[in-house]
Amino acid sequence: MKQRLTTVHQSLTFSRRMMLLGGGQAAIGSLLIGRMGWLAIAQNQKYQLLSESNRVQLIPVPPRRGWIIDRNGKPIAINRSSFRVDIIPQQLVDGPKVIAQLTSLLKLPPDEVERINRELSTSRGFQPVSVAETIPYEQYAAITVRLPELPGVSASRGFQRYYPGGSTVGQLVGYVGAASAAEYEKENKNPLLLIPGVKIGKEGLEQTMESTLRGVPGGQRVEVTARGKLVKELDPKPDRSGGTVQLTIDSDLHEYAARRIGDQSCSVVVLDVTNGDILAMPSMPSFDPNNFSDGISQNEWKMLSEDSHLPLVDKALESLYPSGSTIKPSMAMALLNAGIDRKQRVNCTGSYPLGNHVFHCDKRHGPVDMDAAVVHSCDIYFYEMCRRVGAEKLAPMVRSMGFGEKFDLPFDNQRYGTVPDPQWMMRKYHREWQTYDTINMSIGQGMVLINPLQLAVMASRLATGKRVVPRLLKNKPVVPQTQLAVDADHLNFIRNAMAGVVDHGTAAGAKLPIDGIQMAGKTGTAQTHRLSASERGNYTAANWKLRDHSLFMAFVPFNNPRYAAAAIVEHGGFGAAVAAPLIRDTLTYLYDKNKALQALNVFEQSIGGTLEERIARKTAAWRAANGLPPLDTKQA
Amino acid sequence: MITSAIIPKPLARLPWRLIFLVATIAGFGLLVLYSAAGGSIHPWAVKQGVIFLAFLGIAIAMSWVSEASIKSIAFPLYGLTLIMLIGVEALGFVSKGAQRWLDLGPIRLQPSEFMKPAIVLTLARFYELVPAGDIRRWRAIWPALVLLGVPAFLILVQPDLGTCIMVVLCGVTVMFLAGLPWWVFVGPAAIVGVAAPIAYQMLHGYQRKRIDVFLDPESDPLGAGYHISQSKIAIGSGGIWGKGFLQGSQSHLDYLPEGHTDFVFATMAEEWGLVGGVLLILAFGAVIRWGMRVSANARTRFSQLAAAGLSATIFFYVAINLMMVMGLAPVVGVPLPLVSFGGSAVMTVMLCLGLLMALERQQRTVSTIG
Repeated sequence: MKQRLTTVHQSLTFSRRMMLLGGGQAAIGSLLIGRMGWLAIAQNQKYQLLSESNRVQLIPVPPRRGWIIDRNGKPIAINRSSFRVDIIPQQLVDGPKVIAQLTSLLKLPPDEVERINRELSTSRGFQPVSVAETIPYEQYAAITVRLPELPGVSASRGFQRYYPGGSTVGQLVGYVGAASAAEYEKENKNPLLLIPGVKIGKEGLEQTMESTLRGVPGGQRVEVTARGKLVKELDPKPDRSGGTVQLTIDSDLHEYAARRIGDQSCSVVVLDVTNGDILAMPSMPSFDPNNFSDGISQNEWKMLSEDSHLPLVDKALESLYPSGSTIKPSMAMALLNAGIDRKQRVNCTGSYPLGNHVFHCDKRHGPVDMDAAVVHSCDIYFYEMCRRVGAEKLAPMVRSMGFGEKFDLPFDNQRYGTVPDPQWMMRKYHREWQTYDTINMSIGQGMVLINPLQLAVMASRLATGKRVVPRLLKNKPVVPQTQLAVDADHLNFIRNAMAGVVDHGTAAGAKLPIDGIQMAGKTGTAQTHRLSASERGNYTAANWKLRDHSLFMAFVPFNNPRYAAAAIVEHGGFGAAVAAPLIRDTLTYLYDKNKALQALNVFEQSIGGTLEERIARKTAAWRAANGLPPLDTKQA
Repeated sequence: MITSAIIPKPLARLPWRLIFLVATIAGFGLLVLYSAAGGSIHPWAVKQGVIFLAFLGIAIAMSWVSEASIKSIAFPLYGLTLIMLIGVEALGFVSKGAQRWLDLGPIRLQPSEFMKPAIVLTLARFYELVPAGDIRRWRAIWPALVLLGVPAFLILVQPDLGTCIMVVLCGVTVMFLAGLPWWVFVGPAAIVGVAAPIAYQMLHGYQRKRIDVFLDPESDPLGAGYHISQSKIAIGSGGIWGKGFLQGSQSHLDYLPEGHTDFVFATMAEEWGLVGGVLLILAFGAVIRWGMRVSANARTRFSQLAAAGLSATIFFYVAINLMMVMGLAPVVGVPLPLVSFGGSAVMTVMLCLGLLMALERQQRTVSTIG
């Protein structure tokens, strides 16, 4: 500091600092060029990609869902074009106000408003909530012109799944619905699932055949500005409609059987014994999948889930029942196989003591041989003969006829039931097989559990002597039918005995009203609760839930079998009384539609009208009982 | 310098190389603005061209102003600009809103723009007056700090962080070249380092956000980081040769915000690539180098300091804008001179160049005599 500074010093300092400044400027210039080189060369690819993803937007175009058709090409599930209104929760500003306005514009019933509010409160921001589907054009137009004052509301044209069969196909096809948050996550956030109106299968065939039915979404590739304005359309990626699923079902027969079930809780299965095709498989009562596809109201759901007749269960595959006496023809085959002489008689006194317990027969049949035991369904005969042969020789024959068997069908809710034997008993209950277990099993009670499809399969196998395997999808190859390990003579005998059941036995009231075609069958009555004989005789007094299940299996024509069928009517009472006439009419339909339809008319009149009328009445009664206002009769 | 018998002497004596260089940069800028408007001379290219030509004329006219005149207007210019700054502040206070310009009928005057050359001239004049022996004394420092600090503060509270930084950097450059002791620069730098976190707390919300986002642009690519992200995408996707004239998707589809003003370099780089960018940077480098040589060749202390300070003004414009656009500095709103659309930056830069040309002419005049 003490140093004397002169102009010379100053000029030196200036030159030095100019050098520094110039150097600094050059350094920054190089830095800028280097940085630009880094961005434009080293990271060029990354930024090019980002620039492209800015420029090009892919607007997914949802594919049309494939159809489900029956064996003759008749539609079971199709698409109808519709107008729809949705709310995008993310964009919703004043929820209550918007919903109030929509309610008045669309005349939404309180049920629906409640559903919308519920779905809005649980929905994630991205997931559109359906307000109304299949609205008339006038309402769609009314919403469209008011869209600017309805932030978060979107009105669009789309497709609506339509099931011409209504509730008769509910359990067969399942239903579709908008994807839930969980399903969206499960599909790796597939953007297709977020588009309003895109439905995925939720249940039944719609769910299990999803990959075929969905199709491939297309994309409209567009160049858009940052503000979302469309600049130009680039080459689009076409969508591919979902594939058609053809079933072996004959939808007319299926619907007929469903209607013929009436108000019973029941499932019917009809098979073509030549190839195993499932021709009909209704489970009633059921839900109407048309109501599910635009979101079901809470009340509707409550009504369905409270119903004692279980409309939400596919009874043909999911429900298990004791087989009752329908097991007897197979038991007889097993007895013959084990060397029992079919002429040998057992004296039926109406009761059969074993140890300190007495087993009963429903009446005193007197001395019966095997033929009479099947035709008149004598329990005592089977108690005695089966006890002699033993369960080890019985179970394999029953299994080979289809009980307990797993079938490869496109449903993930099948249950397979049980055909017990000593090994199974040890494995499952860790106890020795007892004689009374054999007695129970001989008449299809105790541990024996089957579903209606297995019962129909048993009928078809008894009819053909071949291993008939059921098939539902038309494009699946028919499983080659192998010969069962049974004697042709034995088989012949059983077929004749089963024909006798319908001709002069327990199901004598269920003869086909068609000349030259004779049905063979076997009735069954499966006990669900111990009822006294007097209670059993007077069903009206007994609680519906305590009644026996009514079963019937059959094939036609008995001498040259073509079709096999089975029905299990939950708590229907005596097998011959309910299930057998149901099968009779259903099989009649295959030969003479007019006769069968007349029978259906008479039947429906006796129970108070057509299926639709009865459902409407039932809904109205339920709503009245639960203090709800009646529904609009818009479906009419 | 062109020497020819045909061209009249006053014209031939103009620094044609510089004018050619500046005209090339501006012309290129007009092409970019033409493209940014989607292939249209409206609304930007024509307007900018007229503004540029007008200020080029003014700059060339200024080249005949003598050094003595420049010296004499240094303090009055500074004083006038300061009064205008206070006036803007008062106006903003009255109308209860931020205000950066004075509405003078047809033109809107932004006094903070004038402050850039004004502070350079004033400090140059001040240090010319300080005797050589006093340069390390306190009295050589505090008046400069006041001269710089008052306008800087007024601009900062406008608020206009970008211009404030520019004014401070220009002033500091002149002080540095004047030979002030090192501690004057190192000390405050250290203090800034310590005080930055505190100052950060006092910044305006949008300024603070810009700094946050600068430090981590990916943290908010759709919000405040959008500018930087999109600008980097534009530059990076241009590659070496660019996407071609009128082919930039980032600018044409509006993904790049401010593509014709502050981020015009990104618009350019997307279409002209690294090659266009490097050539533009080199062209600016040549202009600045020309200015620095004027300073180096100057005979008087005033012209030395003034020329270096004016060159530095142009340099800071370019450097801050490019660093901002390439994600090396926070977005502070400094345009790229001669290329970005807008009159203020053109005016400031052409004023600087006019003054530089005047100083350069003095040198030559002196040299021919001497």
